[in-house]
Amino acid sequence: MTLTRRQIAAGLIATFAMGSLALTSMHRTAHAADAIKIGEINSYTSLPAFTVPYKQGWELAVEEINAAGGVLGRPLEVISRDDAGKPGDAVRIVEELLSRDQVDLIAGTFFSHIGLAVADVAKRQKVFFMAAEPLSDAMVWSKGNRYTFRLRPSTHMQASMLAEEASKLPAKTWATIAPNYKYGQDAVAAFQRLLKERRPDVKFVAAQWPGLFKIDAGAEAEALAAAKPDAIYNVTFGGDLSKFVREGSLRGLFKDRTVVSLLTGEPEYLEPLKDETPDGWIVTGYPWYAIDTPEHKAFVNAYDEKFGESPKVGSLVGYNTFKSIAAIIEKAGSTDTEAMIDAAEGIEVATPIGPITFRKSDHQSTMGAFVGRTAVQNGNGVMVDWRYADGADHLPGPEEVKHLRAAN
Amino acid sequence: MLTGQILTGLAGASVLFFIAAGLSLIFGVTKIVNFAHGSFYMLGAYIAYSLTEAFGASGLGFWPSILLSALAVGAIGALAEITVLKPVYKAPPLFQLLVTFGLVLIIQDLTLLTWGPEDRLGHRAPGFSGAVELLGTQIPSYDFFLIAAGPVVLGLVWLLLNKTRWGILVRAATEDREMAAALGIDQRILFTGVFFLGSALAGLGGALQLPKGGADLMMDLTVIAPAFVVVVVGGMGSLPGAYVAAIVIGLANTFGVVLLPQATLVLMFLVMAAVLLLRPHGLFGQPERAERGHAPGAGYPLAGKTEKAIWSIVLAGALLLPLAQDDFVLVLATDIAVAALFATSLHFLLGPAGLVSFGHAAYFAIGAYAAALISQQIDGPGMEIGLAAAPLLAGGAALLFGWFCVRLSGIYFAMLTLAVAQIVWSLSVQWTGLTGGDDGLLGLWPSDWADSRMVYYYLTLALSLAAILLLRQAVHAPFGFALRAGRDAKARAEAIGIDVMHQQWLAFALAGAAAGLAGALFIFSKGSIFPDEAAIPRSVDALVMVLLGGVGHLAGPILGSAAFTLLHDQLSRFDQWRLLLGLVIILVSILAPAGLSGLPAMIRAFAQRRRA
Repeated sequence: MTLTRRQIAAGLIATFAMGSLALTSMHRTAHAADAIKIGEINSYTSLPAFTVPYKQGWELAVEEINAAGGVLGRPLEVISRDDAGKPGDAVRIVEELLSRDQVDLIAGTFFSHIGLAVADVAKRQKVFFMAAEPLSDAMVWSKGNRYTFRLRPSTHMQASMLAEEASKLPAKTWATIAPNYKYGQDAVAAFQRLLKERRPDVKFVAAQWPGLFKIDAGAEAEALAAAKPDAIYNVTFGGDLSKFVREGSLRGLFKDRTVVSLLTGEPEYLEPLKDETPDGWIVTGYPWYAIDTPEHKAFVNAYDEKFGESPKVGSLVGYNTFKSIAAIIEKAGSTDTEAMIDAAEGIEVATPIGPITFRKSDHQSTMGAFVGRTAVQNGNGVMVDWRYADGADHLPGPEEVKHLRAAN
Repeated sequence: MLTGQILTGLAGASVLFFIAAGLSLIFGVTKIVNFAHGSFYMLGAYIAYSLTEAFGASGLGFWPSILLSALAVGAIGALAEITVLKPVYKAPPLFQLLVTFGLVLIIQDLTLLTWGPEDRLGHRAPGFSGAVELLGTQIPSYDFFLIAAGPVVLGLVWLLLNKTRWGILVRAATEDREMAAALGIDQRILFTGVFFLGSALAGLGGALQLPKGGADLMMDLTVIAPAFVVVVVGGMGSLPGAYVAAIVIGLANTFGVVLLPQATLVLMFLVMAAVLLLRPHGLFGQPERAERGHAPGAGYPLAGKTEKAIWSIVLAGALLLPLAQDDFVLVLATDIAVAALFATSLHFLLGPAGLVSFGHAAYFAIGAYAAALISQQIDGPGMEIGLAAAPLLAGGAALLFGWFCVRLSGIYFAMLTLAVAQIVWSLSVQWTGLTGGDDGLLGLWPSDWADSRMVYYYLTLALSLAAILLLRQAVHAPFGFALRAGRDAKARAEAIGIDVMHQQWLAFALAGAAAGLAGALFIFSKGSIFPDEAAIPRSVDALVMVLLGGVGHLAGPILGSAAFTLLHDQLSRFDQWRLLLGLVIILVSILAPAGLSGLPAMIRAFAQRRRA
């Protein structure tokens, strides 16, 4: 009897330890031998408001590409994983995508720190990495590397677009409010520097730093009002933005003040505001309802047909990311990493918002953003008086880039 | 300006108070550290959003919608208590925390499935949508409503607790659970009722903040830490304390925003640390009463023959793992070895020393950053020196912070460790020159000789194993016995000459050093380090691993970390992995209330019963 008990206990633990091995091995699935495999990773559970539209965007792109016969006659196969918003998990998943799934390249990521962690693995493993969404300037400059390319217009680019608009305003004193983490800090620093270059006479009289998604909006609005600035530069987004808009409007903070606001025109952040959308803020964003080029209309229609909703910026980013990947592989003629890097440097890709180029100097795409003013139409927040700001006009030249990427 | 800030602070304090009051009630009676309380707050916001969108155009529809949301959340809370918490009340203290963690995961996914990913902007309150001018400042009229609602709710709950029979029973149970039970009070109904009331208060908070903001999928986790801070600053179980604390924290926040705009990340935790150092039981709290008939904690006997045999097999399996010829198995096994060491170091505090830390990530992160910075400064053996220095520096930091922490006990100790971890986290975010801030430090790969996955795996295995064995040795040494004596009978231990606080302080430092080594091993396997490693989820994951494995056995943290890492890795392939992981965690908790390491004993007992 003693033996039986021991056997039970031993069996339990041994099964547990060894079963883990078997379990992880089970996931080796057979794939179509000739597919081009792309390992895709993003923060699907921790930031669904942005990443779900992004996923739908790339799903549409992949469907279109495969329907047209794939790339180099091979279909694209995407293995998509959730990083749970943790860089350590992201690195582990990338290792699995590379060693188990044998993917040809890696794409995706939203949070800048996860983008940077994955870029570092790409550099070490010599794997092509197409970063879709992380905004940090470090992605392509101070910590940029040969294997990493980035699609979305960076913090610097978007801040530069707004600084250009802000310099045309009569405002002399400015206050800033930005979430207390890297993106907010970078966005404020870039705006301050670029605005001062154009307008040495402006002064920054207050800087508020609410915790990300922890804004005490009433207090922040009071603090900004106390500084009595002519204009306000806002970097908060998501739930923080809604609260800030509501408290600020009620407290009369935006009366007779111009507000210049980063990303606020993106449908992800503008749509929830509905009829409370503030009037006349100068913003970067994506007025999908008003862009009437045939390419863009086709994109909106296809997206609506497949998902029954309108596209967000995330959708456009996801779509453009995978269209870019397809174009790069097509040009490279193979999925060899070095061939893809050579092909990607300087490649021009057609997108629904016009052609973009991946710069040779820093691997940043010239995808731009739309700059305009906010307004309420039929109870919905929209952008009016907008124009497309080409990313190429808001990026430093090759000489400066060399300096910025000196560390590599 | 000043008026504006004060009124804003008071309005914010009201919402915080509703949430904290519920949390405090639930803890006071059931002693459950309810991580899911923030989830109930989030549910309140979403349910109220749906109801007010449908009926909220007029006051006649709006206010009943708010109340109905609170009641609905109360019902959900009561349901959760009956279905998943009731079966684990007999488990060791703190084990219920694991179940509430499972609830958090489940509610996150269900909310996403029900309401979709978009942020929702709340309906304005009819009659309170404008602003009132006061001393030259525009104050939203809804702020006045909230400021008034705080004391009203406080008064109503106070009446309920002091003037009704049910309330008297609740207070009796808060005061002395065993005595209340001995006098024939049916605790099962009482607990369900308290859960209903507590959850309804959280739901009310979520519903009432709608007109100031909205509903989004992150509000559960952003509110839970402030709620605990308020409860602890006020004194666990004290409602007036929670109200005063909510005002203190609310005002500190609003004035901090003006005076020190950069300090938003830590201000609340600095206030809490200061309060706890001056008043170890919060502003209005009572010293925690030792429960009568308090069963001694686990004894950790030396492993028997069978157990040793099993460990030999497991170790042999671990050593032979590279034969699988699968690099990813090694990556996963490296992660498990790191997690096992980290969990074991936390278990050393939780088990033998009886100290619950909510902020163990601090030492993991200090070790990680120390190793990262050293390896970046030194050409050549950077990794080796980093690995050697990490436990020393993390241990040193633990020695420093531990000196303050061990002066407190129970939940107050736990919250002070959390405050320390938040300070470390905010330093890692804001001391950009040293830590790289949110962009972190990159390129931290192993030295050339250890660069292959196999070598690094063996290195991690060897160092983790050595540290784990050292901790095991400490448990079985007189030091470990002194710790257990202090845990089980503090007064008696002191009477025979054991300086309990001193022993706990040393234990804290030792656990910190081991966590630091885990942090250092972690970064060289990932190549980078970011402030996330000092953040709350890192601490919570370790707690979950320890509880899942079982506090009562030295094998617990190892089993728990392996099970959690593998489960997470496997389930994260599914879209609704949080739902699945939550369900599995709850299921395991109910089936194995002593944790995974308690299973063999359970099966033995079961077999013996069968034979008898």
